[in-house]
Amino acid sequence: MAKISVNNLSFHYNEGVPVLKNINLDLDRKSTAIIGQNGAGKTTLVKLLKGLLKPDAGDILINGSNTKEQSAASLASEIGLVFQNPSDQIFNNDVLEEVMFGPLNLGFNKKEAEELARKAIERVNLGDMIEENPYDLSLSERKLITIASILAMDLEIIIFDEPTIGQDYENIELIKKIIREEIAAGKLIITINHDMDFVAELFERIIVMNQGGILADGAAKNVFSDKKVLVEAHLETPSIKKLTSDLEIAETLLTKKGFVDFMKNAN
Amino acid sequence: MSKINIKNLSYQYSLGNERALKDISITINDGDFIGVIGANKAGKTTFCKALAGLVPHFYKGDFSGNIIIDDLNTKENSISNISLKVGLVFQDPFNQISGAKLTVYDEVAFGLENIGLERAKMIERIDYYLELMGITAQKNSNPFELSGGQMQRLAIASIMAREPNIFVLDEPTSQLDPQGSEEVFEAVDKLREKNLTVIMVSQKVEKIAKYANNILLLNQGKVIDFDKTEKVFSRDDLKEFGVRPPVYTEIAKELKLKNEQKNYPITKEELEKLVVNEYGQNFSE
Repeated sequence: MAKISVNNLSFHYNEGVPVLKNINLDLDRKSTAIIGQNGAGKTTLVKLLKGLLKPDAGDILINGSNTKEQSAASLASEIGLVFQNPSDQIFNNDVLEEVMFGPLNLGFNKKEAEELARKAIERVNLGDMIEENPYDLSLSERKLITIASILAMDLEIIIFDEPTIGQDYENIELIKKIIREEIAAGKLIITINHDMDFVAELFERIIVMNQGGILADGAAKNVFSDKKVLVEAHLETPSIKKLTSDLEIAETLLTKKGFVDFMKNAN
Repeated sequence: MSKINIKNLSYQYSLGNERALKDISITINDGDFIGVIGANKAGKTTFCKALAGLVPHFYKGDFSGNIIIDDLNTKENSISNISLKVGLVFQDPFNQISGAKLTVYDEVAFGLENIGLERAKMIERIDYYLELMGITAQKNSNPFELSGGQMQRLAIASIMAREPNIFVLDEPTSQLDPQGSEEVFEAVDKLREKNLTVIMVSQKVEKIAKYANNILLLNQGKVIDFDKTEKVFSRDDLKEFGVRPPVYTEIAKELKLKNEQKNYPITKEELEKLVVNEYGQNFSE
């Protein structure tokens, strides 16, 4: 059974201006990236999945239960969302307390929550900042704290909204590693991302949103080979795909390693 | 047309544990497009703030050395004086937008009123830059009701409209989708036709490789390199400074493909040429 099932979902903020139009979608264990232009409705969709907004029409079922019938607090044990802007997520005065909040909320006792929090903070390499006030840290560090907060809860479904904004090379590699580990652990990992190379490298399934609807949905190789879809959604082709198209390589290659291996074999 | 001479620039924030900028000495010529790269905390944002005079006039701290723009020493001039020559676009557009104006149109006009431009000229510039940044349709919207990407476009349009000689942008495309980001790079590149100097911090190395002619590589406040774009991106130790080379350069390194100048290619087109030279043209079988 799909973990998330979206049926005939519609939503608007202002009367007469639909943001999402009749969306139907099943999300299972495949790692999934939602891509599309600014304003396509991506962030609104994940806020609905997380229960922060309620559908105007249609239903969203998370593991069988309808988000309309659950509070955002009760959905917190099912699905985690790393916000695009860490300031929307952080509210505690020290890093450890911030990351412990989630596990405490899930019913872990203080000792267990602290253990989970410390582990998660280690995973994002901020072990030596445990006593700092999150607001004294840089934007990129705050983003890592929000990632740790969600990891500490060990949820089955995690959504990363633009996890790589403002991160340097080292941190992007760290975030890639964490996402790979979470995917390997069998979780449903969803991202919203503008970095097509990042998406092409890590995610199996691509959902293209355009003007509040779903324009394409399929395996990364197929979606990124569909020029018409990319043009219509104003999306950029991943760097490696551009190379292979220009060089008229028939095989669809999406990663640097894939391309290098192909050339070495061609030689 | 302005030349920037930076000599022994060092700076420490008043609450900082160590210097954010350490003994920077470089010269930037007019018409240059300088890409500023480096890990988080390399000093990139502080460097931008120093060019605009916010360091040390707004952010107090321990400032030494000189930034001389033509004959103006930033240390001895006010921020408003410096702003006639240098326009700075902040990383977070939320910090840029005045909050004093209720529409996008008035927000752009606000910056022009401050430089005392005549009305007809003002209207012409506002229309031109709103169009250039693709936000004409939002001209009657409240700036704070815009999406993150639109806000970023507004912040850029407001500064561009003032037509400073030196245009400094700190991660101006972080919230934009790929197409929006390309449009910003193209618009900024267009300014160079007027011989404006562009200094841009960006993590988008493929774009920086395409547009910048020189790269300033910073690490922990120090200049590691300041040279032609292809030279800096060809460095083998780039990742030690928290910077990924463009993906096309990384591929060239793994395939050991260098150009005639003994540098690795930095753009797709250049890599493709080298691949065809090395491997031939027919990959269909």
